[in-house]
Amino acid sequence: MTQEGIEKALLRGLAQNDRKAVETIYRENYNMVQALIINNNGSADDAKDIFQEAMIVLYEKARSGNFELNCQIKTYVYSVSRRLWLKKLQQASRYGEIGDTDNVVPVEEDVEDHEKKNLEFEMMEKAIGSLGEPCKSLLEAFYLQKKNMQEIAGSFGYTNAENAKTQKYKCLMRLKKIFFTHYKNGNGDE
Amino acid sequence: MNDNNEIMILDAVERYIRGEMNPDERLYFENLRKTNPAIDQLVVEHTLFLQQMNQFGERRNFKTALQEVHTGLSEQGKIHADKLNGKARVVYLWKRYRRVAAIAASIAGITTIALSSLVWSISPKPIKGDIEKLSRDLFVQQVKTDLLQNDLDKVKKKNSKADADKTIEYKTAATGFLIDGKGLMITNAHVVKNSRNIRVFNVKGQQFNAFVVKLDVLRDVAIIKIDDSKFKSVAALPYGIAKSSTDIAEPIFTLGFPRDEIVYGEGYMSARTGYKGDTLSCQIAVPANPGNSGGPVFNHKGEVIGILSARQTQAEEAVFAIQSKYIFNAVDEIKKNDEYRNVKVSTRSTLTGMNKVEQVKKIQDYVFMVKGD
Repeated sequence: MTQEGIEKALLRGLAQNDRKAVETIYRENYNMVQALIINNNGSADDAKDIFQEAMIVLYEKARSGNFELNCQIKTYVYSVSRRLWLKKLQQASRYGEIGDTDNVVPVEEDVEDHEKKNLEFEMMEKAIGSLGEPCKSLLEAFYLQKKNMQEIAGSFGYTNAENAKTQKYKCLMRLKKIFFTHYKNGNGDE
Repeated sequence: MNDNNEIMILDAVERYIRGEMNPDERLYFENLRKTNPAIDQLVVEHTLFLQQMNQFGERRNFKTALQEVHTGLSEQGKIHADKLNGKARVVYLWKRYRRVAAIAASIAGITTIALSSLVWSISPKPIKGDIEKLSRDLFVQQVKTDLLQNDLDKVKKKNSKADADKTIEYKTAATGFLIDGKGLMITNAHVVKNSRNIRVFNVKGQQFNAFVVKLDVLRDVAIIKIDDSKFKSVAALPYGIAKSSTDIAEPIFTLGFPRDEIVYGEGYMSARTGYKGDTLSCQIAVPANPGNSGGPVFNHKGEVIGILSARQTQAEEAVFAIQSKYIFNAVDEIKKNDEYRNVKVSTRSTLTGMNKVEQVKKIQDYVFMVKGD
């Protein structure tokens, strides 16, 4: 396979949650990003956070379906990590400049998109977190783990699926209310 | 309505979104959706919500996977990260064991995720007919008016010696909004392209003379400038103009002058492209009437995301807006002229996080009725 073919296959694998593909991309790029962060006032923990963040950007792009990478995965991951780290440095008002500019592609928009998704993720996390039990587990079982109502009724101790459904409906209304209040006010805490 | 009924409706909406309805049921539901705006709104809102849920779940699983890969690779010495020592490893293995069930279950869910995203790709049925520009024609019988105007002009010439405010016979009325503090304003090109005299009115009823700076008939964007000593420039506008495009189902609102009074409208973004797939514009679902043309479309943060421009004649709720990035294109054009070189259009909104009432209060002073002859 050509280099390009390999990269495409890797991205396809990533989009399908193929563990092998995730591992390969991780293995081939981690040290590079860690060197970047450590050489620019960061710790190994920072490196891990930034690199995983960049992996999420790549993952969500790959999953979006209409994504075509017009550079190497390496270049893209490096560029995103670099941008993310620069932003972090600037937020902490530390000295924010990274000397090298070769082999960097423009990723500002991708990073901005990612930040918006981060906000949405946090919004949902907060909303689900504030639900309390059994609502939290009930909704997670149905919407995230995709269990059906019979199973849920069984494992949560409802007498039948209808009862579970009514309870799920009440929980869902609460979650939607919390979520959309934040959502419509643009995350609420700015 | 009682709870049972609502549970049934939501259940139907979920099955519809997931593509679990049989063709007959689906057809019935789609008809219901067309005739009942409340159901339609629920579908859009719930689709958005489920998407957010799915993305949340996907990302959370991926984060877990990344942690595991990280630990695995550093254990094997394949990356140079700090290795976990004894105690941390035990904790890690314990967590990993607990996670297995969740991950296995989520893999089964991926097919469902794929299905739900299919809903977006249902293509709109081609609707014959046209779109109408939403500026109000104040005089339908133009010929007659023109004749009348000639007479009027003659009369006026006689009496106009001390008349600073000349009377204009307006033919169109629409909406416009400021894009800088010095009186530059955006409206639709179709509103002002045939006008010799333009006058704008604010919510307080004050009127100002304006002239056309730039006409882009193709994109239907016009920049006009208030040129009137009565106009006091403002330091900064409360809203910014968005550079990026907006997501489907995002809540939006509009302000405009379908009547002689400013009118607020609320809706959501329905499609990223406009009439017949036009990429300059986007489709929004909001009540709009002649006179709304040229008005700003805001997202929840109070950023202008578009200029309301036209409506499909057959479908009252299908309204089109020109994407806000073309405002920047038009501004870049006029910057080539020395006089406008320093024009700055802000992308920053100071309205983020406020409720609608406060937002509208702050915005309305900068939205004008635009009249042309």
